[in-house]
Amino acid sequence: MERKIIGYVDGRLKEGERLEVGKHLSTCAACQLRANEFRAVNVLLDELPMTEPSAAFDVRVQARVAAEPTKQSWWAWFAPSPRVAFVASMLVLATVWLGSRPTDSSLSATDIDKINQNMQVLEDYDVISDFAPLTELPPPVQNDDASDSNQNQQM
Amino acid sequence: MLDVKAGDEQSFTLLLQRYRTPLVNFLYRMVRNREQAEDLAQEVFLRVYRAREDYVPSAKFTTWLFRIATNLALNSVRDNRYQRMEISLDAPVTADAEDGDEKTMDVAEKHANIEQHLIAETRRKMIRHAIEKLPEKQRAAVLLHKYQELDYGEISKILDCSESALKSLLFRAYETLRVELAPLVAQQARQ
Repeated sequence: MERKIIGYVDGRLKEGERLEVGKHLSTCAACQLRANEFRAVNVLLDELPMTEPSAAFDVRVQARVAAEPTKQSWWAWFAPSPRVAFVASMLVLATVWLGSRPTDSSLSATDIDKINQNMQVLEDYDVISDFAPLTELPPPVQNDDASDSNQNQQM
Repeated sequence: MLDVKAGDEQSFTLLLQRYRTPLVNFLYRMVRNREQAEDLAQEVFLRVYRAREDYVPSAKFTTWLFRIATNLALNSVRDNRYQRMEISLDAPVTADAEDGDEKTMDVAEKHANIEQHLIAETRRKMIRHAIEKLPEKQRAAVLLHKYQELDYGEISKILDCSESALKSLLFRAYETLRVELAPLVAQQARQ
């Protein structure tokens, strides 16, 4: 009954519960008195007046809301920013500049002729330096003069 | 709130106008300090604004709003930081915002009704005192039940308890008020 009596007084009980409590109160003087006293408390609480917010309340709230940092969505990541655009344009300019530079022309025509003349020798050297049969040759004989002098002394 | 979520700033202003008075009243009756109540109410609106994009209308907006307000109020009440700033219940009547209606009264009328006003003020003091003496959760339950007229389902969600527990909480709170206000209750019952 305790849990239902407040709901009965404030009229928020469901119909079935309201009838059940009403039936009990009609036979229980103590609960009837308690219900009346709760009604009296309810009326007394109405005596407290409402408090109006101060005149500056809205302005303060709006100021705090305006001071909130704007939340960027992840789409904003794709939005071009001046800094990124500047860096990207600098990279494009550098690439174009490097691409348009003339090739290295420090070799003169005579140098190129000399290279062409020696090209056969260079190609031969390239073949010989990496020629496998030459690596299989026996090692050269060393100290021939020294062995001859030893033989002369023995004799 | 869905309009606010969609970025309609005008709707936020409407929410502010619609709920500022009940919110400030609830918070004022919870913390018993007007300045503190307004600061907390501002914080509630700011949190609503911040959470607008994540708002899902799974419950009534008022339930969500008063849940934020109740949590802030309970934290504030439990926090002793603001205790020293509390206005005493024995402070002069004119200092209390709830009695602002007196300021507009004519002096002659004031004298004519001075006895009635003194009686009424004494009653108000008793009532405020009785509410203030309630444990904070019971106080929140009574304020949401009596002054915001929220249903049991909403209040139980706000206070994070079952409906059954809420009914027990309310019974204990009203029982305390009945005892504290016994002289007034008897007087009221006689009328």
